[in-house]
Amino acid sequence: MGTIRFMQGNEAMTEGAIAAGARFYAGYPITPSSEVAETSSVRLPEVGGLYVQMEDEIGSIAALIGASCAGKKSYTATSGPGLSLMSENLGVAIMGEVPCVLIDVQRLGPSTGSATKPAQGDVMQARWGTHGDHSIIAISPSSVQDCFDLMITAFNYSETYRTPVIFLSDELTGHLREQVIIRDPGEYEVVERKMPDCDPADYKPYQFNGEAAPLPYFGSKYIFKINASMHEEMGRPKDEPVNSAKVVKHLTDKIEGHIDDITITRKYMMEDAEYVIITYGGATRAALSAMKKAREQGIRCGLLQIVTVWPAPDKEIREALAQAKAVFVPELNLGQYISEIERRNQTGIPVIGINQTDSRPIFPDTILSKIVEAAK
Amino acid sequence: MIKDYLLEEKLPLFWCPGCGDGIVLQSIMRNMDQRGWTKEETVFVTGIGCWGKADDYVTTNSFHGTHGRALAFSTGIKLANPDLHVLTLMGDGDGITIGGNHLIHAARRNVDVTAIMINNLNYGMTGGQYSGTTPEDAITKTSQKGHVEHGFDVCDVVRASGATYVARGTVYDIVQLNKMIGQAMDHKGFSFVEVISPCPTQFGRMNGMKDAPTMMKWMKERTVSKAQAEKMSRAELKDMFVTGVFEDRQEDDYYTAYERTILRSGGKV
Repeated sequence: MGTIRFMQGNEAMTEGAIAAGARFYAGYPITPSSEVAETSSVRLPEVGGLYVQMEDEIGSIAALIGASCAGKKSYTATSGPGLSLMSENLGVAIMGEVPCVLIDVQRLGPSTGSATKPAQGDVMQARWGTHGDHSIIAISPSSVQDCFDLMITAFNYSETYRTPVIFLSDELTGHLREQVIIRDPGEYEVVERKMPDCDPADYKPYQFNGEAAPLPYFGSKYIFKINASMHEEMGRPKDEPVNSAKVVKHLTDKIEGHIDDITITRKYMMEDAEYVIITYGGATRAALSAMKKAREQGIRCGLLQIVTVWPAPDKEIREALAQAKAVFVPELNLGQYISEIERRNQTGIPVIGINQTDSRPIFPDTILSKIVEAAK
Repeated sequence: MIKDYLLEEKLPLFWCPGCGDGIVLQSIMRNMDQRGWTKEETVFVTGIGCWGKADDYVTTNSFHGTHGRALAFSTGIKLANPDLHVLTLMGDGDGITIGGNHLIHAARRNVDVTAIMINNLNYGMTGGQYSGTTPEDAITKTSQKGHVEHGFDVCDVVRASGATYVARGTVYDIVQLNKMIGQAMDHKGFSFVEVISPCPTQFGRMNGMKDAPTMMKWMKERTVSKAQAEKMSRAELKDMFVTGVFEDRQEDDYYTAYERTILRSGGKV
């Protein structure tokens, strides 16, 4: 049954990471994510794990990647300014195909912005923050329970697809305190890294067919090279057009090719919905409240919550667009994710952004007024 | 056999004639062989630049990451699996210029890795621009009228940061260098060896030493031992390479110290 606790989102992320088997944290404290670091520094040694505070975020993600190669499930937590610094070695994890989880508790930017204020301004940075073509998995929680449950999912995806996963939280969810069930081991699935089973002499750390190759750890009987520069299947450098094209495409296919297995969405009152809210993360709770109020007024309103914001759930967004007279996209930014909805809008129905960057959360009535106006 | 560590199918080496990188790689492999390090329990971690290509030629585990971050990757590797031998290879760009912050903190933390920084006084691979160790007045592609900055005394920086083993050698005195690299590998805790090495293709060519023997001779003439240096003034030591072991003491390395935290927290090591 687990244990019922009352805790903060950031703390539940730590519990989720430990439940997923994570035993290594490297990070640099930053508001509003620091509680993940603080609780990890206490909890990890209790389970034989290790917490290290690095000199900066560049070093933090580098240490994560190193620890993951040496066999430990690894994670860090940061906010926008830190994610900017981590973007360099996020590319190493993508190119080197090294599993790890980066928690981004978003705050209002740009730059240092407002450290304690909520925002969802990093959603495009999560997608494209590091240079070069690639795909990425980003998961956005909207409750403290999500912080626990979806953190396990984040690690499972990371190990399954040999990729960094961004846990795209925000100040609202990170600092939210509410009831959470800390589930007992056995009540959730934990994916362990797929080890090779071939003869060590035959092992290749990379394959470029859109599937993640098995990954051993440094110190096992398998000897291998991790290479963040262009490489062939043995991890040795190779600058040759056919190989380079294959590698770059593989890094996208490895994730986009499994979109149906990755996608998590939640549908609320969508059966007969004509007015559909599409939202994610910290904006979801206010949107749900607005949906209920709209229903009370007789408006057929529904909500599609996108949990895995990247890769964008193509099918689910198209289905929502197909049934709606109008779609509303509340976001704590000037309209970033709405472009994912708009570019799939083939029938030309109104796609209405509800955007706020004044450092306050979006209130339900702000969303409701737009729905009422459109439904007139 | 030292050749067991060498990925022969990748030969010939990419490095220019007269480059010191091959001498240093051989010294590392010789010391590995003497100690019987296995390929399974060894990880080479490299940065970016000419010396950052060294992992191409090894048959052990290796990790080739980004410019300047080799020590941060190494920190994670070593702390996650303390049984590994972690050899971190950096140039002067990696080690003290873009990666200076990681260097001083790895030294302070006393993470048990062996860092071998080759200092060729410039960015060789990208065409010979100045680095954090380029001497004042030197000509480089980006200081064509003479360099206005002073270079770091890297060993001083690392020693001041708390490293427990710090030494400087040159590829000219290979006997001394072999010994230092061996001591660094045996050392429990953060060990750092700076190796002064010639880059005739870039630094040498732009500073009147376009062949390897001239550069070797220049290096020899500018080298003084630690004992000699103690009798010289600061002005006399300008642009000289002081060689020797500057620090060699024992303190708990990071993981050994952290094990106590785990035990105090009720965890199992």
